[in-house]
Amino acid sequence: MLETTSLMLVGVGGQGTVLVTTILAKGLVAAGHDVKMAEVHGMAQRGGSVSTQVRYGDVVHSPIVGKGGVDVLVSFEAMEALRWLEFVKPEGKVIVNDYHIPSAPILTGQQPYPEGVIETLKSKVDTTAIKAVDIAGEIGDPRVMNVVLFGALVQAIDLSHIDWETVISSTVKEGFIDLNLAAYRAGRNAMAYHEREN
Amino acid sequence: MRSLMSGNEAVARGAYEAGACYAAGYPGTPSTEILENLAIFKGDVIAEWSPNEKVALESAIGASIAGARALAAMKMVGVNVAADPLFSASYSGVNGGLVLVSADDPGLHSSQNEQDNRHYAPFAKLPMLEPSDSQEAKDMVKAAFEISEAFDAPVLLRVTTRICHSKSLVTLGERAIAPRRLYPLDMTKFNLVPALARRQRARLETKLQKLAEFSETCEFNRVEWNGQRIGVITSGISYQYAREVFGDTASYLKLGFTHPLPKQKIRDFASRVDMLYVIEELDPYLESQVRQLGISCIGKDKIPDMYELDPAVVAKSLLGIEAPVIRCAASAVPPRPPVLCAGCPHRGFFYELGKIARRHDVIISGDIGCYALGGNDPLDALDLCICMGAAPSMAHGAQKVFNKFGERTRVVATIGDSTFFHTGIPALINTVYNRSNTVTCILDNRTTGMTGQQDNPGSGTTLQGAPTKEIDIEAVVRAIGIDHVRVVNPMDLPKLQDTLAWAFGLDEPSVIVTKWPCTLKPFDRQERDEYAHKFKYMAVAAEDCTGCERCLNLGCPALSFDHLTNKASIDASTCNGCGLCAQVCKWSAVVNGELQHA
Repeated sequence: MLETTSLMLVGVGGQGTVLVTTILAKGLVAAGHDVKMAEVHGMAQRGGSVSTQVRYGDVVHSPIVGKGGVDVLVSFEAMEALRWLEFVKPEGKVIVNDYHIPSAPILTGQQPYPEGVIETLKSKVDTTAIKAVDIAGEIGDPRVMNVVLFGALVQAIDLSHIDWETVISSTVKEGFIDLNLAAYRAGRNAMAYHEREN
Repeated sequence: MRSLMSGNEAVARGAYEAGACYAAGYPGTPSTEILENLAIFKGDVIAEWSPNEKVALESAIGASIAGARALAAMKMVGVNVAADPLFSASYSGVNGGLVLVSADDPGLHSSQNEQDNRHYAPFAKLPMLEPSDSQEAKDMVKAAFEISEAFDAPVLLRVTTRICHSKSLVTLGERAIAPRRLYPLDMTKFNLVPALARRQRARLETKLQKLAEFSETCEFNRVEWNGQRIGVITSGISYQYAREVFGDTASYLKLGFTHPLPKQKIRDFASRVDMLYVIEELDPYLESQVRQLGISCIGKDKIPDMYELDPAVVAKSLLGIEAPVIRCAASAVPPRPPVLCAGCPHRGFFYELGKIARRHDVIISGDIGCYALGGNDPLDALDLCICMGAAPSMAHGAQKVFNKFGERTRVVATIGDSTFFHTGIPALINTVYNRSNTVTCILDNRTTGMTGQQDNPGSGTTLQGAPTKEIDIEAVVRAIGIDHVRVVNPMDLPKLQDTLAWAFGLDEPSVIVTKWPCTLKPFDRQERDEYAHKFKYMAVAAEDCTGCERCLNLGCPALSFDHLTNKASIDASTCNGCGLCAQVCKWSAVVNGELQHA
């Protein structure tokens, strides 16, 4: 009996969480897991804070968990990880993109971007900060930072029994397969490096 | 074959497999993808965006009368708009099966209220089904068509955000060849003049009695027995939360056919368990009816009756169990409200409207759509927002009262193109007919923006991609009788300023139409030519930036300000080159980004 695992992906509307959840779900289903995922559409997509949950196991009932129910949180933006942190189990993990997207009150100077986000996270929970945008930029396109984070997630939760490279190749547009595969591998390496260091 | 589908995709798939051949709706979160996914089955299913939900349901009723299986889909507040035909369609009954999908939004993720549309079933006297995952959504739509035809009744399929937008595995089936029913020779049941309606009224009670009997044996009302200690009566997504919390330690009466309820089944189940919970989201719909049977239960005395539930809320409220959480001052994290996109054609309009509104005594009556974000800081150019199409009519009523008492306050209505077609037209007719002097601004972004760029009567294309007549908003406005109409480019701020000043100077009703496509909309060739920006992206020439922060008043997500250097800067990857900031900057510090970075 495989216990249900609960993942949560958060970020800012338009950051490409959808591609990652699509790849995730495809691979998990192909591997024979029961899968449920919950997205939020509509107004929040206009640059607001967005969250997606993915749950898999032998039998999954609820598509969502509440506070204290998430095993791994992947945050595509730094301060979003803090916003959603209460959803993470104390023994859970956080993978955070070390990248700031200032929200409206910050852009207009009403509030500062919070200081020391990564340090705060690290003091509270097992946290891996990944400079996914820089890594993706070195590969050739900062936009594939989402697949870098996906690679880190796969490494972190031991989903290596699934042939993710095939799943990625069958999901992204043909001209972008190599780029996305490189991003995936770089994400796995970044996470593996972190695991060795700790 | 099993496929991971959202509830909305599954509803569409179910209607397709059931042999439905007509579907209509109006976009609205969380319902939108139902019609979008039915549109794919071109040739098999006629799928249409209607101008509003009333039209959608009436069209589906017509399709049913003509003998086809027909479906209408809308968000919960849309059912209010469609309530007029709905309450009488239950009297007339159907010919081809007729299903209305109500997509409710507990938690108000993307809505102005969180009404529980299960109440419509007893109120309008309709059978109702409530799925709890995508497989059930598909199965229940198919069953709904059969129930509709067997009992001569429109069927309400009630889903919620977590059904619509959650994905789970679905086994796909083939499309059934549902033979089109003969066009009925006796049409009197569809003619609800009082004498005939009175007859239908009595027939309706007989139908409901038969449906109540059906409810007792319906496979969707099932018991999952795990012993007598704890019993749970539940329906919809709440069933999944209950399973998550109680697992196999409780027995369940899992209700899928929830109007009329299976009273005997409920009595039997209740009598077999020691402790009875009723677990449901929002109103005590099930619980009140359980209590009416004289059965005591634990329900809304412990479970919240507002906002969404989730397993943690159920566990906490019923069992007092709280999972340990990482304490973190999430409320101290700066908020991230949704914002108008970089390059949004509404930005310049609200910027100028806000400026003029602060100089005059103005109330701005807004409407439902992305442009409701015009009320956020720093634009701050919107005061009211109630429901679809309300901007011109609320403005009219307010203006009449201000005028009656001799006050100088002017009322401005702002409404989008799709919302104007939805219910804005009768509201504007009222403005003309009843002689008020509001300023109505129709923000025509050539699409239905907030719900994800759906076509509408002004866009020139149907849901299934056919070219169609493009309804000319300016011509409509003039035909209604508005004498003062101007169409402006909202990317031209001085022009907007002049136009708003012109409208404020008039003592008669006026209309300003701003016309520029939504920046998220895929432009066709003609739009690419007609609505091109001068530059690909903008940049700040730091040596010219004085740090006045004026550009920040646009609230553009591509613009930020560094207080250390006292300079504004523009994120090239976010900017789409609309150039509003260049128009706002007094120091000519915003320049062509490509030259700056070259």
